[in-house]
Amino acid sequence: MTKALDVAHLVKTYKGGLQALKGVDLAVEEGDFFALLGPNGAGKSTLIGVIASLVNKTTGSVRVFNHDLDLDPEGVKARIGLVPQEFNFNLFLPAVEVVMNQAGYYGIPRRDARVRAERYLRQLDLWDRRDTEMRRLSGGMKRRLMIARALVHEPRLLILDEPTAGVDIEIRRSMWAFLKDLNVQGTTIILTTHYLEEAESLCRTIAIINHGEITERSTIAALLARLRTETLVLNLKGRVAELPQLGDFVLNHVDDCTLEVEMDRKHTINCLFDALSRNGIEVLSLRNKQNRLERLFLDMVRRVRTDRGLLP
Amino acid sequence: MSRDAQAWRRYWVTFETIVSKEILRFTRIWVQTVLPSVITTTLYFVIFGQLIGSRIGPMDGLAYLDFIVPGLVLIAVITNSYFNVVSSFYSSKFSRYVEELLVSPAPNWVILAGYVAGGVVRGLTVGAVVMLVAMLFTQVQVYSPAVTALVLLMTAVLFALCGFINALFANSFDDISIIPTFVLTPLTYLGGVFYSIDLLPKFWQGLSLANPILYMVNGFRYGLHGVSDIPLRVAFWIILAFILFFTLFALELLRRGVGVKS
Repeated sequence: MTKALDVAHLVKTYKGGLQALKGVDLAVEEGDFFALLGPNGAGKSTLIGVIASLVNKTTGSVRVFNHDLDLDPEGVKARIGLVPQEFNFNLFLPAVEVVMNQAGYYGIPRRDARVRAERYLRQLDLWDRRDTEMRRLSGGMKRRLMIARALVHEPRLLILDEPTAGVDIEIRRSMWAFLKDLNVQGTTIILTTHYLEEAESLCRTIAIINHGEITERSTIAALLARLRTETLVLNLKGRVAELPQLGDFVLNHVDDCTLEVEMDRKHTINCLFDALSRNGIEVLSLRNKQNRLERLFLDMVRRVRTDRGLLP
Repeated sequence: MSRDAQAWRRYWVTFETIVSKEILRFTRIWVQTVLPSVITTTLYFVIFGQLIGSRIGPMDGLAYLDFIVPGLVLIAVITNSYFNVVSSFYSSKFSRYVEELLVSPAPNWVILAGYVAGGVVRGLTVGAVVMLVAMLFTQVQVYSPAVTALVLLMTAVLFALCGFINALFANSFDDISIIPTFVLTPLTYLGGVFYSIDLLPKFWQGLSLANPILYMVNGFRYGLHGVSDIPLRVAFWIILAFILFFTLFALELLRRGVGVKS
């Protein structure tokens, strides 16, 4: 299968000596929906910046659909659409002009640019606001406009750097649906996010970057399979004054009517309910205490920090 | 269409997009961009041309008002072509929308050409308006239309390039006014706009020859009136040499990403 992105031995050292990328190797297959996760300052934005030609690399190579960034930068840029983390548009221009200008920078004639701008602004529910100056749009609208702008030249690889930061849940869900659809139609997507629920529900493959190095690369399914325990929060029908001993199920009180249960993943939830029923405990509802991916992510980041002697 | 032809077509669309965006920008805010030069030069014509100029007498065989017209038009061209590029490009850096261009496949020379062309259009537009104002005060006759047009164009290109370089290096809005205030204005006023360098002592005459604006003012004065302190050919070569140098310098800065990439 063709690689949408192939990064090899990528190093970025900023003036002043900060090494943001320490020999990153990363490949993304064509058609994948790929999550790039990492704590703040891990190197995600620098990596994206290098791929999108916003940051000069120190050494290493970047290839996008077999086009080398050093040998054919125009070929690489033509295939990438970037949705950056920070708003970066002229606040005094109307929305439609921002998208059409971007098309123009990619060499798309004005008439075609207008058609494409309309298509993507409609898809992202912004067509009614096309003549509104950017500064008058809400945060969610600005985020969606950045997606429309990144798509106007119809890139094969779309890179989104925290696209739903600060966006309300309804818009976030509609953006997820839009991105899923885009991926189904064949666009390879790389996403960075701090909402791990977002990565879990959208992405197939995941890489974790920490301290400028890729510390993990796997499918989400394989990664989640590594979780040994799971913590559930149970809302009870009645009060439970004393907690029974349930062997492998470790119970803790949250309040009189709420319990936390830590269970080994080798057990089924049916077993848990059987055990609770035997002790006269009735459950009204249950939820995961923590997003599963979030838990793994925190474990991995913590492990790296401990290895480096940054944590006891 | 061949691959080369397609690429050139793309470059042309990109160039056109940048230029239209730039023209739209300065025409939308014409009160800030066009009007101030018109008011300033009108005052120059009234005060230096009519009120004081009538007592000064002829300069290089021209009435004083006629003598200062080329310089004042050129000041308008220089400042407007410079300011258009420096303020527009720096604003795009400050608000980060320069990234829209950096992520696109637009080659650096197309980006540079687009911004310079935008500056040239504003410089020449304001220059033309100032020329119309001058016509209210004196009869402007063009001795050589070709020389006039060429000097105007080359001057606008040169200062648009300088504005671009200034914007690349600028890290704050203060930085985009330092060069115009401390370099451009003194050079312009000492560039023979208001006097002939023949009036200066030998030493200052020699020093004036190091001022590139002197060549532009005199080249333009030759185009309008057929008189110049400097041989026309020298003026052309010097402006051309500066354009070439600043073009190569700006392209090298863009290649390295100075001021726009980390």
